[in-house]
Amino acid sequence: MLLRHTPAEIQERSALTINPAKTCQPIGAMYAALGIHRCFPHSHGSQGCCAYHRSMLTRHYKEPIMAGTSSFTEGASVFGGMANLTQAVDAIFHLYEPDVIAVHTTCLSETIGDDIPQIVSSARDAGKIPEGRHVIHANTPSYVGSHVTGFAAMTKAMVDYFAEPGREKGSGVNIIPGYVEPADMAEIQRLARALGVEAVVFPDTSGVLDAPQTGRHEFYPRGGVTLEALRSTGARRATLALGSTASSPAARALEAKCGVPALQLDLPIGLLATDQFVDALRRTAGVAVPEAVSVERGQLLDLITDMEQYLHGRSVAVAGDPDQVVALTGFLVSLGMRPAHVVTGTPGKEVERRVRELAAGAPGPVNVKAGGDLFLFHQWIKQEPVDLIIGNTYCKYIARDEDIPLVRHGFPVLDRIGHVAFPTVGYRGAMRLLEKILDALLDRQDRDAPEESFELVM
Amino acid sequence: MEAAKTHALPDPEAVKQAMLEKFPAKVAKKRAKQIVVNRAPDAAGRVPEIHANARTSPGVITQRGCTYAGCKGVILGPVRDILTITHGPVGCGFYSWLTRRNQTRTQGPDDVNYMPYALMTDMQEEDIVFGGEKKLRQAVREAYETFRPQAIALCATCPVGLIGDDIHAVAREMKEELGINVFAFSCEGYKGVSQSAGHHIANNQVFKHVVGLDDTTPEGEYRINILGEYNIGGDAFEIERLLEKCGITLVASFSGNATYEQFARAHTADLNAIMCHRSINYMGDMMEKKFGVPWIKVNFIGAQATAKSLRRIAQYFEDPELLARVEQVIAEELPEVERAAAEVRPRTAGKRAMLFVGGSRAHHYQELFRELGMETVAAGYEFGHRDDYEGRAVLPSVKVDADSRNIEELEVEPDPARFRPRTGPEKAARLGAGGLSFAEYQGMMAEMAEKTLVIDDISHHETEVLLKKYRPHIFCAGIKEKYAVQKWGIPLKQLHSYDYGGPYAGFRGAANFYRDIDRMVNSRVWTYVTPPWEAEEAPEAKAVYACG
Repeated sequence: MLLRHTPAEIQERSALTINPAKTCQPIGAMYAALGIHRCFPHSHGSQGCCAYHRSMLTRHYKEPIMAGTSSFTEGASVFGGMANLTQAVDAIFHLYEPDVIAVHTTCLSETIGDDIPQIVSSARDAGKIPEGRHVIHANTPSYVGSHVTGFAAMTKAMVDYFAEPGREKGSGVNIIPGYVEPADMAEIQRLARALGVEAVVFPDTSGVLDAPQTGRHEFYPRGGVTLEALRSTGARRATLALGSTASSPAARALEAKCGVPALQLDLPIGLLATDQFVDALRRTAGVAVPEAVSVERGQLLDLITDMEQYLHGRSVAVAGDPDQVVALTGFLVSLGMRPAHVVTGTPGKEVERRVRELAAGAPGPVNVKAGGDLFLFHQWIKQEPVDLIIGNTYCKYIARDEDIPLVRHGFPVLDRIGHVAFPTVGYRGAMRLLEKILDALLDRQDRDAPEESFELVM
Repeated sequence: MEAAKTHALPDPEAVKQAMLEKFPAKVAKKRAKQIVVNRAPDAAGRVPEIHANARTSPGVITQRGCTYAGCKGVILGPVRDILTITHGPVGCGFYSWLTRRNQTRTQGPDDVNYMPYALMTDMQEEDIVFGGEKKLRQAVREAYETFRPQAIALCATCPVGLIGDDIHAVAREMKEELGINVFAFSCEGYKGVSQSAGHHIANNQVFKHVVGLDDTTPEGEYRINILGEYNIGGDAFEIERLLEKCGITLVASFSGNATYEQFARAHTADLNAIMCHRSINYMGDMMEKKFGVPWIKVNFIGAQATAKSLRRIAQYFEDPELLARVEQVIAEELPEVERAAAEVRPRTAGKRAMLFVGGSRAHHYQELFRELGMETVAAGYEFGHRDDYEGRAVLPSVKVDADSRNIEELEVEPDPARFRPRTGPEKAARLGAGGLSFAEYQGMMAEMAEKTLVIDDISHHETEVLLKKYRPHIFCAGIKEKYAVQKWGIPLKQLHSYDYGGPYAGFRGAANFYRDIDRMVNSRVWTYVTPPWEAEEAPEAKAVYACG
């Protein structure tokens, strides 16, 4: 029992977090910044933040994560980080020649109150920023929100700094994909293309964090949204914001700044959420859904009907990011399964409301907590065991102790591959997620079956 | 990669110049002092001077982490039964949760093991504005209610120092209230220039609050502590196995597979054997001053180094029986390692390695590469000081700068009741004549070849220059460097987490390492980088010809 000290009885905790189900804002900002082509993320604080964020993102994506730090020591913490950031901007343009430096703050630089736009403006006056290059920023103190809100803040910064209002709204749409994997961003683009919709997806880490092995390290891989595309976001018909926590701040900013109407949707995970996404694309762009997409949908539905008996009534515990747990709840309910315990570390009552609403159709009640941790999640599972856990790698300790199958999903996944390469959004993504869920459940059935009922055909 | 085998080594001075070219002038001037072309020790035993333990220039991609990482991650991380609470926003506690592969072996399922738990105050905006002491106090109470530990450690993160939370006062109050040992570490990330400051801070507080609390002396004739071994991938298990086989009692390990009780009794040992000089030489010095326990430098990385270290430990005790037993163990263990080396060597000999990692590993692992017949052409530390490079002889001339002055130096006095000198001047002289010197470390550069490059706090840019100019067969660093190096078609061996392999310490560990390096430098996957259709000069023409 690795988590041998976790008791089933729940004791009220008001101050102590144990085994968090979230991490801090700057890492999300760093990830989002990597979704701009030729962008260099920069962490304004002490070295540890940047080192930790690069390490964690590297372990999850198994790709180089290039980012800088202002390397605060005690002096900068007392006198402010202006000198450090100015030096950093100078060194970065010399050494790495990015088109954009995306600065995010840390709890340190936020607490001392560094004013990034003012520092950047001085650096520009001092000639430290070459012509045609940009330094953008997001405020991401770690004592607010989570990695998801940090992602949202940097995504919003893309709008604040680059979106240009267009006199006429073009035919294309913007899609803000949410805090998802590179493969998901690629799949969202594939679906849009399949419908014939011209879409700017931002941020876009596909092509950046799934770069090929070529015998040569490209400091700026081929992928990422271009500045030109970001500028054009203000002159589009609509913005589809997928996942409200990660995407709505940017979508709302774009609406306010350029008058592009924002449509808020769930992450397109599973049949119904993908239906909504596809339908929204159809309506906003005024296109017809091609047969190929309907076929994909039908194939997913076919798999679900074929295997429905193995899913019906099974209980699942889900831990993850707010937009993810909302979408997963919807998917599980559509499969006839029961989300029994749902935890996200990111605070926000709206998520609890949405999960309850979606789980209302499930065969049984749901425990849900936003701003919870994996310790509580484990205690809930101890009190009422489930058939399956869906969550990040840290859940493997709970899964082992309680002998419950685990489907790894979310951030971070440190001990398996696939999440970077294969989407879980869209109809195809749902097929993969369904395959993983069924594999886990059926492997368990096989493992536990007495010899006489160990079946060849299932 | 085949072509690289006969690749002549470039002129290191030219490589250095190529590295400096792209930096802004001020940064280049500073880096020039941190990149050194090595030469063998002169008559006085001196190697070139290197600028180390200096600030990283902002914006330059570095391997380094922070003080909190050095304290919580490195020193406290491997102890299984001290409950550690990170006081700060969620990130620091999250990232230091199970990510360093510190293995530990409990006695049974009921034995205490807090390692899979990450505890933190998850400070919110109101805690930053109004102060977080109240929340920390409550968090300690809640942790005590849930876990009933015998000791709780509190670690500070950046904002805690800024807002002035007095974590030491909270620790004292909670110690009083709960009746258990509660102590705190002011290991804010911004202190110092790297993880190194955190090691020092951790050493100080463990020494002040735990070492010497329990005078129970473990049984055994030859009692030692191993300092600076963190049990990544089970290294400490292999060292423990060897010591036990030799009949040497391990009183405490700092801090691989360690317990609170071990720390409390560490002063009852008669010798401290230091592995990672950088992270823990402070503890060795302080234990000597207060309790009279001398320290020697050892190295269990590499079969020959392991044999040598066991002999040095035995030599210290001056007991023929122990010396004989150690020789017997070496004789039993060596043949299998040598068999493994002999099998691998034809495939590894002549290949080139580079090591940029840690504060001793970049030195220690050169032994293993030597045993494979491989040459280390460039190396450097992530958070070393001059003495780690040039040897402790330079200590008196190391300038103390503002960043080092921030770190408390404890005033340590001999303990009136328990100071017990283990070696008189006579014994020290006798052992010295036999080649066993105390409190001495020669550093990395003395053991590196002429014209190798020694680079402190290497940056990503410099790494890329090295890769292009040298085409090493293997590069050793950490997870942040791994995939960028590998995209160049050069395998990277992680020497922090061991790429989830190991152990690499001791005899069995050496054999493991040989096999892993053989696999990596000879892996066929790197030969597949160029697809067949890009291998020929005019594929289209050929294709037409083939069809015709």
